[in-house]
Amino acid sequence: MADAKAGAGNAIVGMGRGSYAMLLAFFLGPAVVIYTVFSIYPLFATIFNSLYLRQPDGAYLFNGLGNFQTLLTDTTWSVPFWNAFRNNCYFFFIHMLVQNPIGLALAAMLSLPRLRLRATYRTLIFMPTMLSVVIIGFSWQLILSPLWGISKMFLNALGLGFLFAPWLGQESTALITVSLISVWQFVGIPMILIYTALLAIPEELIDAATVDGLNQFQAFVWVKLPLIFPTIGLVSVLTFVNNFNAFDLIYAMKGALAGPNFSADIMGTLFYRTFFGNQLQLGDLSMGSTIATMMFLIILVGVMCYLFLIQRRMQRYSF
Amino acid sequence: MRKSASAIAVHGILILYTALALFPILLVIMNSFKARKAIFGSPLALPTPTTFSLIGYDRVFGDSSIVSYYLNSITVTGGTIFFTLLFGAMAAWALTEYKFRWNTLLALFLAVGIMVPIRLGSVSIIQLIVELNLINTLTALILVYTAQNLPLSIFILSEFIAQIPKDLREAGRCDGLSEYSIFFYIVLPLIRPAMATVAVFTMIPVWNDLWFPLLLAPTGGKQTITLGIQQFLGQYITDWNAVLSALSTAIIPVLILYVIFSRQLIRGLTSGAVK
Amino acid sequence: MLKTGLKTMLLTAVAMTAFASVASAGKITIESWRNDDATIWKEKIIPAFQAKHPDITVEFTPTAPKEYNAALNARLEGGTAGDIITCRPFDASLELFTKGHLASLNDLSSMAGFSDVAKSAWTTDDGKTTFCVPMASVIHGFIYNKDIFAELKLAEPKTEEEFLAVLETIKNDGKYVPLVLGTNDQWEAATMGFQNIGPNYWKGEEGRKKLIDGTAKLTDPEYVNTFAALAKWGPYMGDGYKAQTYPDSQNLFGLGKGAIYAAGSWDISTFRGQDVPMGAFKAPPPAGSADCYISDHTDIGIGMNAKSANAADAKVFLDWIGSDEFANIFANALPGFFPLSSAKVTISDDVAQTFVGWRGECKSTIRNSYQILSRGTPNLENEMWNVSAQVLNGAMAPDAAGAQLQDGLKKWYAPQQK
Repeated sequence: MADAKAGAGNAIVGMGRGSYAMLLAFFLGPAVVIYTVFSIYPLFATIFNSLYLRQPDGAYLFNGLGNFQTLLTDTTWSVPFWNAFRNNCYFFFIHMLVQNPIGLALAAMLSLPRLRLRATYRTLIFMPTMLSVVIIGFSWQLILSPLWGISKMFLNALGLGFLFAPWLGQESTALITVSLISVWQFVGIPMILIYTALLAIPEELIDAATVDGLNQFQAFVWVKLPLIFPTIGLVSVLTFVNNFNAFDLIYAMKGALAGPNFSADIMGTLFYRTFFGNQLQLGDLSMGSTIATMMFLIILVGVMCYLFLIQRRMQRYSF
Repeated sequence: MRKSASAIAVHGILILYTALALFPILLVIMNSFKARKAIFGSPLALPTPTTFSLIGYDRVFGDSSIVSYYLNSITVTGGTIFFTLLFGAMAAWALTEYKFRWNTLLALFLAVGIMVPIRLGSVSIIQLIVELNLINTLTALILVYTAQNLPLSIFILSEFIAQIPKDLREAGRCDGLSEYSIFFYIVLPLIRPAMATVAVFTMIPVWNDLWFPLLLAPTGGKQTITLGIQQFLGQYITDWNAVLSALSTAIIPVLILYVIFSRQLIRGLTSGAVK
Repeated sequence: MLKTGLKTMLLTAVAMTAFASVASAGKITIESWRNDDATIWKEKIIPAFQAKHPDITVEFTPTAPKEYNAALNARLEGGTAGDIITCRPFDASLELFTKGHLASLNDLSSMAGFSDVAKSAWTTDDGKTTFCVPMASVIHGFIYNKDIFAELKLAEPKTEEEFLAVLETIKNDGKYVPLVLGTNDQWEAATMGFQNIGPNYWKGEEGRKKLIDGTAKLTDPEYVNTFAALAKWGPYMGDGYKAQTYPDSQNLFGLGKGAIYAAGSWDISTFRGQDVPMGAFKAPPPAGSADCYISDHTDIGIGMNAKSANAADAKVFLDWIGSDEFANIFANALPGFFPLSSAKVTISDDVAQTFVGWRGECKSTIRNSYQILSRGTPNLENEMWNVSAQVLNGAMAPDAAGAQLQDGLKKWYAPQQK
């Protein structure tokens, strides 16, 4: 990367300062302007709001970090907050342990040389990822619904009817069920990212490995896998960011209270409920913004860990 | 011999997983063509001449706005993909190729957007859109979605641009091409596969988003199909014929679009100048 | 947030021009969560209004109930909400009024046709200003399938004991789900369960007011006993009721698979479209009750966006909402919504008539969490959804449910802290 830049520097030595600035403005201008106005400005307005507290008369009073203190120490707020945080961590772990390994396995199989129907499989498996959460949530609710009885019929057919339970409605299983539905929907993303990376590996490397007497599985583990570590890192950080921003599916299937007893409540649903209110609960701009800011900080920490600990180390090994 | 056995195993696993991925979707589509009693009575059976019914579709298309909702969604998604790719590639190119003072800082600034939860700034976004007199327009949605998708687009495209062999760029410069020509004629074609990936990532959340259409363009015939279907589901929630038909109506065009798009993706991937 | 003054000016200016073109056309839009009723508004109510006022166009633009409060608040803050706002009762709308989003309607002439009780859900605490026209109340009770009752030779239960006996008979027969109610969406547990049968235990308004002035606690026997009564329902609810959604329940009863449906009167119009022969009985009081009480809840009102560019037309519309003509159309187009105006309304639907007939037999009350008690954090209504669902799920003991509600309320509500 560094020498590429140096090369470019040499090439535009002859260019005047003015036209160089023009060049940068042309390439960077549109993206920076749209992004700043419609993404960064609203974000800062939100962080700004988290420093204010709404008074009973409707005025907003500067409160410093007081809202954060309330959120983390007052049990009225801290219990739901830590509950949502814990659930969100489970949500993320389930994705890391189920979604990404399945995605990797599927990508590995799809990238096998001389696999027939490769494109068909890939297209079909990616399909759920294309659909709206409104549709996914609704369809799965119908399938798991005790009223329609599809899942029960299915288990009966396998002789496992006794396993049937209202998974979405039990405190012990609601979060896992919703997480697995999310995994089912989004497994296409790690699959396609890893698949693209696998295709980019020069075939000579594999051929050389096979000549050395490794079988396909060994060649995958010892030759390909190390080469796609950067992509796996990218997939992990994307999963982290998406999971801590998640909201739609749980909201669509379990509503804003994400029950029973908040067992499926994650940061996104807590934020939504606080910021926009519920049936009789009034929206709270200050505390809602405070939770939003906390979400932002959690994601920031996660991404920083990735950038500084993982990605740096990896670049040394990548080719 | 061993080879064909493992090939069968691989196909077996892939077929099983494909079935798992498709079963819920097929179930919804299949039952949307059945009469109400049959939906509840024998949900796993294919529609037969006696149970076949289009009553749900009658109800969905009785609402004539469905077609225009599709056009709205296509406009919004298409516009967003176009601007996200164009502006994203331009910015990614400048950030990876040119040295300037604020390069790293600007890259970090743009990376922040990958983490911004989409709904956090809703109230400010609405105020902005009102100021710009863009409420209930598709332009508003395109602007917001472009802003939301640019960071990831820049992030992914930068990685790919950095991998382009420098000889290719230098050759262009030696031939006397301007920087603009190098970007549009050499770089853009080379990063096509990456752009296809970005396009997929942009398209999915934009097409499926419910939140911003609800806030920025909820009425006046400017609804996207996702919002239109949601409103329809709310209205006919207990009429499963209508519900399943509405869900199928939302699913089928996406699948067609994806199958067409998937061809592009394969072509992009296999033409592979980037290795 | 930055440069607030300038921005507000710009915002108002732009908003004015944005709506100016719409305003001149005499067009008003209605915000509502009643998307179930969209067809009736479009086909019956709006044409009736336009027959009187051909120069005003009205558009009904509902949002799903789940998103209504959030989307409406965001649109009001952003200045893009419709001219007419459908009002939730009590504090949610009061908040909109104090924030300046809803206009005062004291000078609306049709307001004279409503009693103070009807107006109380949309009036400031000092009783001086009313900001929404009361539209309708809804009554709780139980709807049953007449065919199933005839088949099993059952009679409408009059007491809680009889109610449980009826459920037991249906369960033993085994063909039908005895009690149709799900806990997946949580609100039904609180609304169709706790608030449905509870007034008999806490003596309606008397108990509700005691909670507000702090002389009764949610740990008192009347509340714990309500939860104890709910806890007995579990065995009679459908297979997998913990994952049963509200539409699931509606389908279960609508398909004739369930015998008794824990209802709100608004469900009548849903079932009218399906051929279920319906009857209704009121919440059966526990043994030894002298009087009976029903939940007759002021649920829906309609007000005006204070920033409406069409204020004059909007007021004409609201005036008409307060008229006898509207009350008659509404009550019969949507059986189960009972108009709050003093006008004489003839209801033709027999089940709706049964519901409204209970007003003469029992004392009416509103849901106890709606007025004042849901103003703080933790929110009492949310808590009631949560614990009622848990009690029905068998995951929480009745006394623990009462204790959790009381702890939450005590945290912020001064009269309960004594």
